[in-house]
Amino acid sequence: MKVTFWGTRGSLASPGTDTARYGGNTSCVAVEGPAKSLLILDAGTGIRNLGQSLPPDLNKVHILLTHLHMDHIQGLPFFIPLRRQGVEIHVWGPASTTLGLEARLQKYLSPPLFPVSVRELAAEIHFHELPAHLIEIDEFVIKAQLIIHPNPTIGYRIQCSGTSVTYLPDHEPALGGKTFPYDKSWTSGYTLAEGTDLLIHDTQYTEDEYKARIGFGHSSIEHAFQFAKLSDVKHFVPFHHDPTHNDDQLDRMFEATLRNLQPSYLVTPGREGMAIEVAY
Amino acid sequence: MSQQEIEVILARHLAEYLAMPIFIVNPAGDLIFYNEPAEAILGTRYAETGMMPATEWSTVFHPMDQERSLLSPDELPLMIALSKRHPAHKLFWIEGLDGVVREIEVTAFPLVGQADRFLGAIAIFWENPK
Repeated sequence: MKVTFWGTRGSLASPGTDTARYGGNTSCVAVEGPAKSLLILDAGTGIRNLGQSLPPDLNKVHILLTHLHMDHIQGLPFFIPLRRQGVEIHVWGPASTTLGLEARLQKYLSPPLFPVSVRELAAEIHFHELPAHLIEIDEFVIKAQLIIHPNPTIGYRIQCSGTSVTYLPDHEPALGGKTFPYDKSWTSGYTLAEGTDLLIHDTQYTEDEYKARIGFGHSSIEHAFQFAKLSDVKHFVPFHHDPTHNDDQLDRMFEATLRNLQPSYLVTPGREGMAIEVAY
Repeated sequence: MSQQEIEVILARHLAEYLAMPIFIVNPAGDLIFYNEPAEAILGTRYAETGMMPATEWSTVFHPMDQERSLLSPDELPLMIALSKRHPAHKLFWIEGLDGVVREIEVTAFPLVGQADRFLGAIAIFWENPK
């Protein structure tokens, strides 16, 4: 699988010269299989550039949303294939206990927040509600499970050709625990991350920031590294960078964490435009 | 290794912070967690017993009615919440693993998660003063 990062920022798009290296666009990751099938993970502002990079004759796209917070859906109406007739778009994501996925998205894709509604988009859009145990999409088998984050939020494990990618961009597995890490079977996201080849995981806060933001649904860098170790992952991509952290701060934060924790797995901090091949 | 459902993990975290004794069982009725206040009533520690199958926990504490006749597992609120999927409440007596007989009241309710997933049940205990 080829994994390309189109948006690595959390919470709010943060363009500027001081965020250019890690990137200012919000969450969006493309996963391409060996047979060239394409999955898009989240529709943050990064999806706009991704859409422009896709061939104009593309006729089918699957977009897997983790949840419907604005930084994960804001780019959706700017995704060019949605405006093309004859394109089939499948949107997967969580319903709430009272509203379906389409109705929840319609809250954003309607005036006054946005001038164009879902039914005015030219593409043929299909909505699929999660969680489901396993989804099969083209050459991919996908496990979708709820994880700890405010409002229903799905984590994904994408499997293809004997390899796996786990995507948990907004995740607070340490919430409520008196210690962390603890028992694997009582850890949010463990089943999705266990032994995965590539883990993309929330590292929004420093330790000090986390203490003031417990329950916001995000991880400290240290907690995320501990989760990666507990899950015995092979390669870890810290992701969903806080909009207040500029490139130099992120460099220092990751260097310090790597120095202190000395992880046994490979670590590549998420940067916009970066691509990783996950090979068997 | 399989992982507990997210709603169950959050329920455990809540239970760990509450002063009320709490049991959490999975859809099969197996006792997957009880908190420290429940340990005091049951006379045993979760760290020692771990998960207990339904057949074990529903009888090991010798639930009894006022005449000290043993209650069948089907009469316990937690089992009613599991089997009928509606809340149940009952006053009865138990003999903890420490040999002490206690009068308790129990309220149990089914745990239904996102997408109507049935995840088990939770019981809250109150020990009545002697």
